[in-house]
Amino acid sequence: MKPADIGILIVDDEASVRDSLYKWFRMDGYRVDTAEEARVALQKLQDDSWDIVLLDIKMPGMDGLELQRRIKEIDKEIVTIVMTAFATVDTSVQAMKEGAFDYIVKPIDPDEISHLIRNAVQQRRLITENRNLRLQLEEIACSDEIIGESDAIRQVMAKVATVAQTDSTVMIRGESGTGKELVAMAIHSNSNRKYFPMITINCGAYTEGLLESELFGHEKGAFTGAMYRRRGKLEMADKGTLFLDEIGNIGRKMQMDLLRVIETRQFTRLGGDKQIHVDFRIISATNRDLEQAVKEGSFREDLYYRLNVFSITIPPLRERRSDIPLIARFFLNRFARSMNKPVTDISPETLDVLMRYHWPGNIRELRNVMERAMVGARGTCIEVGDLSFPFHPTPEPVEDLSLDAIERNHIQNILNRTNWNISQAAAILKISRLTLYNKIDKYQLKKG
Amino acid sequence: MMSYIYLVPIHLRAADWMERLQSGIERAFGVRTKRGDRPIDLAIAYDPVRKQYSSSAILLQLIDSVPDDMMKILGITDVDLFVPVLSYVFGEAQLDGIGAVVSVHRLKNSFYGLSEDNERMVERLVKEAVHELGHTFGLFHCNRVGCALNASTYVEDIDQKSELLCVECRKAIGLGW
Repeated sequence: MKPADIGILIVDDEASVRDSLYKWFRMDGYRVDTAEEARVALQKLQDDSWDIVLLDIKMPGMDGLELQRRIKEIDKEIVTIVMTAFATVDTSVQAMKEGAFDYIVKPIDPDEISHLIRNAVQQRRLITENRNLRLQLEEIACSDEIIGESDAIRQVMAKVATVAQTDSTVMIRGESGTGKELVAMAIHSNSNRKYFPMITINCGAYTEGLLESELFGHEKGAFTGAMYRRRGKLEMADKGTLFLDEIGNIGRKMQMDLLRVIETRQFTRLGGDKQIHVDFRIISATNRDLEQAVKEGSFREDLYYRLNVFSITIPPLRERRSDIPLIARFFLNRFARSMNKPVTDISPETLDVLMRYHWPGNIRELRNVMERAMVGARGTCIEVGDLSFPFHPTPEPVEDLSLDAIERNHIQNILNRTNWNISQAAAILKISRLTLYNKIDKYQLKKG
Repeated sequence: MMSYIYLVPIHLRAADWMERLQSGIERAFGVRTKRGDRPIDLAIAYDPVRKQYSSSAILLQLIDSVPDDMMKILGITDVDLFVPVLSYVFGEAQLDGIGAVVSVHRLKNSFYGLSEDNERMVERLVKEAVHELGHTFGLFHCNRVGCALNASTYVEDIDQKSELLCVECRKAIGLGW
């Protein structure tokens, strides 16, 4: 943090104290302001954001201890330092108990105050860093990896690698459950903003009023129930990435507000009038046909173009079936570890069933299926019987093939999948090993 | 018209170090200096409870009227200076303004019970003068070790730095190297 990024508010009824501290901290390059009484200080706390407040204990009207309580109500992360001309153990203990970072007796040695402010800045930095790290940890705890070796997913990853190095706005398209948030996370994690949080907001999960409050934050008293000042997601995403999931679901007013933020990179909290500047990259995601929505007039065209600078489309799972075994095994290993179960494999029959299903819920559905299968698994291998999900294999569109050709292809597939393990393949096909050998001869099937 | 940095000894005989102070300031800022006079009333700045002098009160008198050829003005005193919330200061300046004041009171070895060292005191005076005048040019405290704008709260800190501004501080106020 540069000194200019740190805001120090000095609250003292003595003008000479205010002025001398103001000058002292300005020389260090800090952003400084003063207030002659608690009421003015509270107004300045509403109007602007402050990192450190130095406040006199004895002031006419509201005293320093009461002011400190009010400050902590507004923003409990503000570092407060109380000052007094008369040191008393009672007031110092009380101030510290109520969250003061430190306590000084006037006059103070220049070295002591400089040291104190450096420590307070460090404390403030640690609070902010801690909050950001907690957010990142939550993201990591909830995150999966992008798994797959198919051409389709390789193309997606190539696009991620390209766009991550830029600061472009990205729109991720794809059916529900295809892993749009994972792709957003991959972009963020490979970008220059990776040391700052990626803040996710599911636009479809809120009513318009709630979404507004979530995004923009609010001042204390902005509406009934707004007991404290609350930072919105826009503020939390500063220097990082803002991921707007289900962007196609936001209403007209929010579309307009969002457009303004994207264009100006500034906004005001609900109930506030101070312009807050933010610097973040926007990644949005949708499973809606936004072009159609634009044509129908339910989605603003200007916002659409602002958001759709770089587009990444994630294919549905059914269009990259070759990735299913890899993804299923990834979830198997993960759940085996978290459930502490000795399950290490998936039977060929189970894989066959998984490969043939059309997965309308995509990877999210596959994950849930694997989790449920793991709960019910009795042996070391997931069997078809462990799959409790009520689905039917997708009837694949077939060409005009003869019955023999279909049988030949099917046997070849099963043999390939079992790595030509005759016993396993015969078990899947529900024929004897001898019959299988005869079929191999008949169709002149070969390994490899 | 050429502009000068005015140096004003306040109730102080300054002949022995004035030349050295002038050359130090001229070297640091590349601006000619001129000795000036001001009728400073120290009694106005005196606080009988603290037995110290308010640097702000002295500064106000220094900048009271400004000659046409004056770019900056620096008062030099030997009284112990303070600002209300701090126990002492070596000097005070107007950030991005015209006036500054420094005191030699705490720059003398004798203040710390050590044997007097006039050369050391003059060195410290030049550094503090450049430091305070740097603030009048709009410079904040500088983190670079050795830069005259590095913050000094103890006299030992002053001894650690040079009489010159670092490259970045010089650039910031438009001085070439």
